[in-house]
Amino acid sequence: MKLDLTLTVDGHHHSLTVDTRTTVLDALREHLDITSPKKGCDHGQCGACTVLLDGRRTLSCLSLAVAHDGAEITTADGLAPDGELHPLQQAFVDHDAYQCGYCTPGQICSAVGMLDEAAHGAPSVVTDDLTGDVRLDRAEIAERLSGNLCRCGAYAHIVDAVEQVAR
Amino acid sequence: MTTASRPFVPHAVGTAMPRPEGPQKVRGTARYTVETPGSDALYLFPVQAGVARGRVTAIDTSAAEALEGVVAVLTHENAPRLAREADADHGVLQSSTIHQHGQYLAAVLATSSESAREAASLVSVEVVEEPHAAVLDEDSPDLYTPEALVVGVTDDTRGDPEAALAASAVTLRRTYRTPMEHHQPLEPHATVACWEDGRLVVHDATQAVSWTRQALAAAFGLDESDVDVVAQHVGGGFGSKGGTHPNTMLTALAAQAVPGRSVRYALTRQQMFDLVGYRPATVQHVALGADREGRLTAITHDVVDQGSKIGEFVEPAAAFSRGMYAAETRRTTHRVVPLDIGVPTFMRAPGEAPGSFAGECAMDELAIELGIDPIELRLRNEPEVDPESGLPYSSRNLVACLRRGAERFGWADRDPAPRARLVDGWWHGTGVGSASFPVPRFPGSEATIRATGTGDTAGYTVEIAASDIGQGARAALTAIAADALDVGVERIDLRIGDTAFGPAGPAGGSAGTTSWGATIVEAADRFRDKYGDHPEDGDEADAHTPDNPWAGEYSMHAFGAHFVEVAVHADTGEIRVPRMLGVFAAGRIVNPLTARSQFLGGMTWGLSAALHEESVLDDRFGHVVNRDFAGYHVATNADVGTLDVEWLDEDDPYVNPMGTKGIGEIGIVGVAAAIANAAYHATGVRVRSLPITLDAFL
Repeated sequence: MKLDLTLTVDGHHHSLTVDTRTTVLDALREHLDITSPKKGCDHGQCGACTVLLDGRRTLSCLSLAVAHDGAEITTADGLAPDGELHPLQQAFVDHDAYQCGYCTPGQICSAVGMLDEAAHGAPSVVTDDLTGDVRLDRAEIAERLSGNLCRCGAYAHIVDAVEQVAR
Repeated sequence: MTTASRPFVPHAVGTAMPRPEGPQKVRGTARYTVETPGSDALYLFPVQAGVARGRVTAIDTSAAEALEGVVAVLTHENAPRLAREADADHGVLQSSTIHQHGQYLAAVLATSSESAREAASLVSVEVVEEPHAAVLDEDSPDLYTPEALVVGVTDDTRGDPEAALAASAVTLRRTYRTPMEHHQPLEPHATVACWEDGRLVVHDATQAVSWTRQALAAAFGLDESDVDVVAQHVGGGFGSKGGTHPNTMLTALAAQAVPGRSVRYALTRQQMFDLVGYRPATVQHVALGADREGRLTAITHDVVDQGSKIGEFVEPAAAFSRGMYAAETRRTTHRVVPLDIGVPTFMRAPGEAPGSFAGECAMDELAIELGIDPIELRLRNEPEVDPESGLPYSSRNLVACLRRGAERFGWADRDPAPRARLVDGWWHGTGVGSASFPVPRFPGSEATIRATGTGDTAGYTVEIAASDIGQGARAALTAIAADALDVGVERIDLRIGDTAFGPAGPAGGSAGTTSWGATIVEAADRFRDKYGDHPEDGDEADAHTPDNPWAGEYSMHAFGAHFVEVAVHADTGEIRVPRMLGVFAAGRIVNPLTARSQFLGGMTWGLSAALHEESVLDDRFGHVVNRDFAGYHVATNADVGTLDVEWLDEDDPYVNPMGTKGIGEIGIVGVAAAIANAAYHATGVRVRSLPITLDAFL
């Protein structure tokens, strides 16, 4: 079965017809040729597909496209309109917070979403004070980004990059 | 043999350079294999065997073929024939015989991924199952002695180690075990293949476009010049993307059925546990004999590896003990138990990673037995020449790494007593492990340098079919080319990842920079000999990888030392590694920015192997049970504590013109041992089997 829907991706409006089984990730990659979000596991276990969906970090491989008709999606590419890198992206480049780069767009979308969550006071499992302001130290950053696997093992540099921007 | 006629003067080399492809990678616009543009590509989804051994007796594809969007269903009955009898692993869809669980039995081609997958589920296969073996049993009657290791002999005996062990003041005999592990790069293996006018054009997630071309040409009976292989961005490899696996063969074979159309196949994460290699499990028997002062009189290291009946890869774990420490007598052996499972392959630091777990844990156990500090024990057994080859080392700075690491880590204050530091409910301990990795060079790369423009502003196009799998080849080779041509990096236009640039060795064996870099330096020398430093537009020179004139004169290895702190929860047994330090002596470091990433990445791999990774094989069916990231655990961000890396200045004039040693693998070597040693120091519990999990401490 196929259905029509619209998505706004990185500021661009798209109308498409998709199989009801198509995930947001496949809609982006296979229908719109927007390959910034990556497919690493297709099961929500690696985080490579992370995008900002209506402003929140979301695993696009676990989201069915037809359930998100009219959604606004920002990919890592959309964080750099006209090629101007987002401060987090620049920090990733400066700190070499990646190697192969395959998990990187997901790490960056996840970090952007995470910074917003922290700014709104959302605690994590390593937060001592559940009601106060969140102070993003290295342990907090690492904990909050642990849904994004990096098999190259760039975690130490990822925390460096995010810490620089969180400051 | 040719040698560089000019001294290599580092300017760009040694200076931190962000990856040229960095902006693309952080935006996600760097295209990986399966993202190769092409609008009418067909999606491939396979049907796989559910038994470890047997025969297909009937296969019904009618329901699959009737599904909308399905273009073809290939089985062994209708698939194009390969040009030669490929080995069982590469001979996809060529017979009804099933050699392993997960083997490809059919492939659906469809216009959407959803249709391809659904159709694959509709293919009905009847199978007659045959008895199989999937248990690594040291007493197996099938156990055999392989002819040779990838590098070096299978067995090596010096003197009479058993007599020396019997006569030693102290003798330690221990058995260590390491599990089956899977590489699991974040980018799944993927291929896009298209046949056009008898030519095969392939985009492949590979560490070696030349090797993929070679394998495809052989299987399809083509001249290599009729096969193009491209890999611009590769999302990690760690060895699994070194060799060519059945998935690439299957995609090319299926594409042959639909000439002119591209066929795309990216493995699912689950399929990544079936057909693209793994690090085989090992059982390692180590014996050390020593006098009371800790001088080794004997080292024996006897390894039994998990293997496959359809292809051979021997994990050379005992090779680690051939050159690490001095001893009057020594024996190292390798045996393989062939099973009805897939073919193992190289995985980051093959041999050294599991071998160092056994070797460096044994040294720690011996130090405790003797009451000698484990660093001091290593210093007392520092060899003057390579014990294996008898050659002097081109440079060996293990002692300097151990001393510098001890100072930086604060080792001097260490109380050797185990189970003596309980802080807030956690037992704390520290441990050390040594690291070593050889400096190989792959022959047969080709580099071309061409001037664009003239005079002082001329640009240089540098072409070599190197692969960047994340190690930073683009930055490193740009810097090497710039220094070899004595120009700024902004004048270098490096092009890699395409067989159009001639043959090239792999991104593997910690040999990429050595092999490709030496070739580029050679080409640059020829270019400057021919055209000087003010070339005309279009001037061009090329070169093949030169031999290393010092290869038979010196033993060449990188060395390192790992220091870790471990905390084990007194009630739950949870194990954490709050602090790791790696100190390395690995020749000249080309790019300090990306080199640090490689060392950190290796150390993170070591941590992951020590605490998390284990592929659990169900011997009833011969398949890996924990076949995704929920079941196969790799280190996450929160698993990593404070990582610290330092490298020593090392000037080695013998390894290659740049003075570099490989750094992709040494970071992992010795880490698991250091963690196990620290865990013993913390708790008094000695764990000799990886991964180290909390049940060991309860």
